[in-house]
Amino acid sequence: MNNSTKTLLNGIFKENPTFALVLGMCPTLATTTSAINGMSMGLATLFVLVCSNVVISLLKNLIPDKVRIPAFIVVIATFVTIVEMLMKAYLPAIYDVLGLFIPLIVVNCIVLGRAEAFAAKNSVGLSALDGIGMGLGFTLSLTVIGIIRELLGTGTCFGLNVYPDNYGMLLFVLAPGAFIVLGLLMGLFQKYVKK
Amino acid sequence: MLYFLIFISAIFVNNIVLSQFLGICPFLGVSKKIDTALGMGAAVTFVLVLATIVTYLLQMLLDAFGLGFLQTILFILVIATLVQMIEIILKKISPSLYQALGVFLPLITTNCCILGVAILVANGTNKLPEGLDHNLLTGTLFALATALGFAIALVLFAGLREQLRRNDVPKAMEGTPIALITAGILAMAFMGFSGVI
Repeated sequence: MNNSTKTLLNGIFKENPTFALVLGMCPTLATTTSAINGMSMGLATLFVLVCSNVVISLLKNLIPDKVRIPAFIVVIATFVTIVEMLMKAYLPAIYDVLGLFIPLIVVNCIVLGRAEAFAAKNSVGLSALDGIGMGLGFTLSLTVIGIIRELLGTGTCFGLNVYPDNYGMLLFVLAPGAFIVLGLLMGLFQKYVKK
Repeated sequence: MLYFLIFISAIFVNNIVLSQFLGICPFLGVSKKIDTALGMGAAVTFVLVLATIVTYLLQMLLDAFGLGFLQTILFILVIATLVQMIEIILKKISPSLYQALGVFLPLITTNCCILGVAILVANGTNKLPEGLDHNLLTGTLFALATALGFAIALVLFAGLREQLRRNDVPKAMEGTPIALITAGILAMAFMGFSGVI
């Protein structure tokens, strides 16, 4: 496997941000009430991750070491603001559901973590691939958690009825369900993927 | 009385960690011992109240000049600066308090409950009991109550985790997974408060 495929797959399996690195827990728990919400949040984060990784990688030689963290945060905050404005304009329904968690991508540890650990040391191309890999890993985890919670909680999958209308364990859509589903999935990940 | 309801609402009914999912990272990260949980809770309370007041005033300035789109960038920078400033001032004025909170202060910048509450209060979208307006006073009280809710959840959770360490947990569930399940059960207990207000 060559270097770029390895970088891309690294974020999806080996260093999956949610299950292996345990980063970005707030949006993971809060926005996975349904599969669509989880996926939208994942894709928004993916966009920010790729853009900020590319820009930071381009600027890595210009930013003095001492002020790198504030500089990274400004770059990230800029892209978050762009996502926020785009979503408000074109996807108002999803923006209303995700609400506060869109601006909070700024403090998502994955984005700053990748900027510091990867983009500040590697070439533009690899940093972009790393952003895509990490973003896809995050999106995938959020979508899986969303599917499980939606299926158990309301008996639907991406809004389509799977079980009869009156089915539903509301607990899984509410707060405790988020913790329990994520805990069990992480246990499975530790048993079968991480070893 | 209504002001008192802000506290009941933010601490028990809409607990920031267990029902709003803000500040999960420190909730899972620094909840291994009760002492550190208390320190973190105190540091968050301190910073959250100050940050909310400062960002609320800055939001007025942003609104006055029609620069609302700069909110995210401005707030995160102000919070980061504020945390640094508090650290420097504490070191000078009260070394004992600095000793207690010092380690936790740098961690707070990336605690999403600070930015989250600041944005909620500045936009006037924080949950208040009926009959109260969104203004600086209720915003500050809301921030204080939220921070207390965070501290209480954190300390309770740390207590549970201290007990958990003596138990025989299946290998696959060790560490974060079992902590998440515990948090889920704690959240279920807090659900019992829903509908109180």
